[in-house]
Amino acid sequence: MEFNYLSWIIFLPAGGAILIAFLPGLSGRAIKWLAAIFTLASLALSIFLFANFDRSLGAIQFEEKLSWIPAINAYYHLGVDGLSLPLVILMTLLGFLVVLISWKIDLRPREYFAWLLLLEASILGVFCSLDLLLFFLFWEIEVIPMYFLISIWGTGRREYSAIKYVVYTLFGSAMMLAGILSLYFTTGSLNMVEIAQGGLGMIQSMMPAVAIFLLLLIGFAVKLPVFPLHTWLPDAHTDAPTAVSVVLAGALLKMGGYGMLRICVSIFPAVAQQYAVILVILAVVNVLYGAAVTLRQNDLKRLIAYSSISHMGYVLLGIFALGQVSLVGATLQMFSHGVITGLLFAMAGLVMHNAGERDLGKLGGLARQMPVIAVIFSVAGVASLGLPTTSGFAAEFLVFVGSYSSTVVSGIQLYTILGVLGIVITAGYILWMLQRVFYGQVLERFKKAYDADILERVYMFIFVAVIMLVGIYPAVLTDVIKIGIMPIMGLLGG
Amino acid sequence: MLNLELLLPELTLATSAIAVILLDLFLQRKGGLVVVSIAGVVVAAGFTIAMWGGSSQAIFNNMLAVDNFALFFKLLFLSIAFLVILASADYVTKFSGFQGEYYALVLLSALGMMLMATTAELISIYVALELASISLYALAGFLKDPKSTEASLKYLLLGAVASAVLLFGMALVFGFTGKTQLGEIAHAIQALSLSGVLASPGLILGMVLIVAGFGFKIAAIPFHMWVPDVYEGAPTPITAYLSVASKAAGFAVILRVFYSAFGLPSWLSLDWGLIFAVLSAIGMTLGNIIAIPQTNIKRMLGYSSIAQAGYLMVGLATVGFSPVADILGRSGLLFFLASYALTNLGAFIAIIAISGKLDSDLISDYSGMGRRAPLLALALTLCLISLIGMPPAAGFMAKFYIFSGAVKHGLLWLVVVAVINSVISAYYYLRVVKVMWLGEPASKTRVSSSGAVRLALSISCLGVLLLGIIPGYIMKLAELAAKMFIF
Repeated sequence: MEFNYLSWIIFLPAGGAILIAFLPGLSGRAIKWLAAIFTLASLALSIFLFANFDRSLGAIQFEEKLSWIPAINAYYHLGVDGLSLPLVILMTLLGFLVVLISWKIDLRPREYFAWLLLLEASILGVFCSLDLLLFFLFWEIEVIPMYFLISIWGTGRREYSAIKYVVYTLFGSAMMLAGILSLYFTTGSLNMVEIAQGGLGMIQSMMPAVAIFLLLLIGFAVKLPVFPLHTWLPDAHTDAPTAVSVVLAGALLKMGGYGMLRICVSIFPAVAQQYAVILVILAVVNVLYGAAVTLRQNDLKRLIAYSSISHMGYVLLGIFALGQVSLVGATLQMFSHGVITGLLFAMAGLVMHNAGERDLGKLGGLARQMPVIAVIFSVAGVASLGLPTTSGFAAEFLVFVGSYSSTVVSGIQLYTILGVLGIVITAGYILWMLQRVFYGQVLERFKKAYDADILERVYMFIFVAVIMLVGIYPAVLTDVIKIGIMPIMGLLGG
Repeated sequence: MLNLELLLPELTLATSAIAVILLDLFLQRKGGLVVVSIAGVVVAAGFTIAMWGGSSQAIFNNMLAVDNFALFFKLLFLSIAFLVILASADYVTKFSGFQGEYYALVLLSALGMMLMATTAELISIYVALELASISLYALAGFLKDPKSTEASLKYLLLGAVASAVLLFGMALVFGFTGKTQLGEIAHAIQALSLSGVLASPGLILGMVLIVAGFGFKIAAIPFHMWVPDVYEGAPTPITAYLSVASKAAGFAVILRVFYSAFGLPSWLSLDWGLIFAVLSAIGMTLGNIIAIPQTNIKRMLGYSSIAQAGYLMVGLATVGFSPVADILGRSGLLFFLASYALTNLGAFIAIIAISGKLDSDLISDYSGMGRRAPLLALALTLCLISLIGMPPAAGFMAKFYIFSGAVKHGLLWLVVVAVINSVISAYYYLRVVKVMWLGEPASKTRVSSSGAVRLALSISCLGVLLLGIIPGYIMKLAELAAKMFIF
């Protein structure tokens, strides 16, 4: 029998979560080690998967298919292609790194790490599922760990933020469920690939495809998030513990972008083309509005949170420009943003932890006390504003070039240029933030602030290495992503 | 021919009920009563399983229908009774006496419900319904404190009104068709012309009155007034019993009556389908909204059960809207009932265990339960998540299954109302979860629970997970049950 890589990748963290939750008599240290081992194993498997991914083959690979619920024709159906593989790697990478980031958690560690691992497993499940019901199941499971992680280990108005997150997400997924059910009954199948290849003829005959498209889109738009459905994000990010912010920004938002690509665009190419203009405009609003609001933030984490909204605008722009290059760019941007913002949140968490302050008005001159953090934070910052040799540059460049040259949306050039303006604002808020945190007068009250320890340097190094690798040699990912985008381009007829 | 062997499950249950009452007179230690009741239930379940899959038969001059549909419900009621009896093992020590009567009444009401699922004739439906109900009226008042007595009285009075309405509706239907047997009613109705029925709306009126009468049993708005008070006042195991078994029995009868007698012609079924769709939309919305401000957990679950009845009625509406041959609406309803039974029982058993030690049903007193009783809190959390309809719990699959039928038959608007309602319900269910896991414990003492309660709780939680993750087998059973209708 074949080795079921994908099942192992998903269920290693899930199994780890169960072990941690129920094994009696574990010390805090043992729990952290267990979590690290299980996530590292999952990471190792996913890297192995990446190495063995056949780049000459355009199809779904490492497929697993078992009959699950015959009554409704649902399958336990996993598989990855060029689209989902980078996101799987991203999640397993972040999954391991957030365990390291959480090493200093001492409040109820057993529950904390169990929820964290369960969260990882459910996000991985979303990226690997090829069955709509299974996809939705993983999509929903993710909400519960997030609720607990924010509301127990968070800061500030954590209970409010947690329930806001849950209500928004459930609202989105409720719409999505209605969409999935409609899709199921118009096509008789829950298999994403099959439905995408089957075309829309059948769907149209029973109910307007636009309605289904919209129901599904709302679900994904809440997650990405798309203006005006974004208001949960700043609250959830700001009040979540550091590691959870990393997962949230790094991998969870990508579920929205992935869903749009995999389901909205692949299954409804004609509808997507028809409504692309509206979504591209929303993308530009996302970019500019997000960036403008970011400029005004005085809270370190809130600032990074709003910058995510702006950066997700590029993903949306790339997706609905519907050109081959722009789609590749959007997918690369998802990966790149995951790593960069993950690092930004990790660094913000360190600053908050080591200096005991998060208000940008009160921070200052910390480069003296924490030189390593200052350097790495700056690297993450310039990567975020898209400096060449960082992954941010490669991704955003592809999005802009691809969108500008796309032929699907009329007037896309104007929208792209407006989007590029976002970069300028990004440079503004990132540099201003770095200046306010690290430079200027050395302040008396931060005399006791200290720099990163060894463990923290290790994960910083991994983050930076990945950012640089993808920045200098983007082909390592774009080769794979291209293979995933090809079939979508075929469906779009371009 | 009498075919008494087809009634073996019912006869066993009746016998064990009488045995329990008699034994109560002689036994000093009342633990034996639990054993006898459980044994009765298990044997009856054994007979039921043995009959499963056989050919459907009608007995007693077509008054009773022993088909897969009836057997499915019998098994459901027996499982519920089993779990309720287990969960009562500690609780009964609160009563001043009458333990034997308590178990006997639980068994007798299960017997009534089993007959409700079996009968295919209006008068015997009424008799079965009264057998189930009168036992429950008595059980609701078993605590003998003011609240419990009020609950019992309120239940009795409103129940009597509902029975009267039901009987009146049945009388009207009988008046128009001249029959009481469901199959014969169906023939009589199909012989009528549309204009004939419209000219004398008595048949429609009868149908509406029957909806009202049964609506009381399933706690559909606007016949729900008894629910919060009775749920709060009744002994908790009886609340659990009421909330699942009595509701399931109501749905069983409605399904049989409306599907068999009023299923054709299709303009008629569209009519009552629409009635149920509207009741469903109103029920889940009001139930969920009123549940939000509740402070007593039993009361909150009362309103929640009104909302759940709303989700279940999505299934009834689907049956009305779908062609007779399509089973999806019916099987969705059966699966939802099974998963709802396990989920709600699990939640109530956890409440029995926790509230029994706290001596309080206030949600605020559950504060910090995550640390005082982690496993109980985890079980309750799982059940509440299932009630919201989130995976990996049974509630998710149940909603997916029942809504899929509705979407298929053009009820997308109702499904959208229902999924938005699920979001609203998340707010109050999660409030309990929040209090348990985020609140500070009032004291450091652990909350322990007895073996019987833990067993019952484990069974229901495992069931909830099983139905949530690999529901294929139970769905298959539900489909078979939905197919095998003889009347």
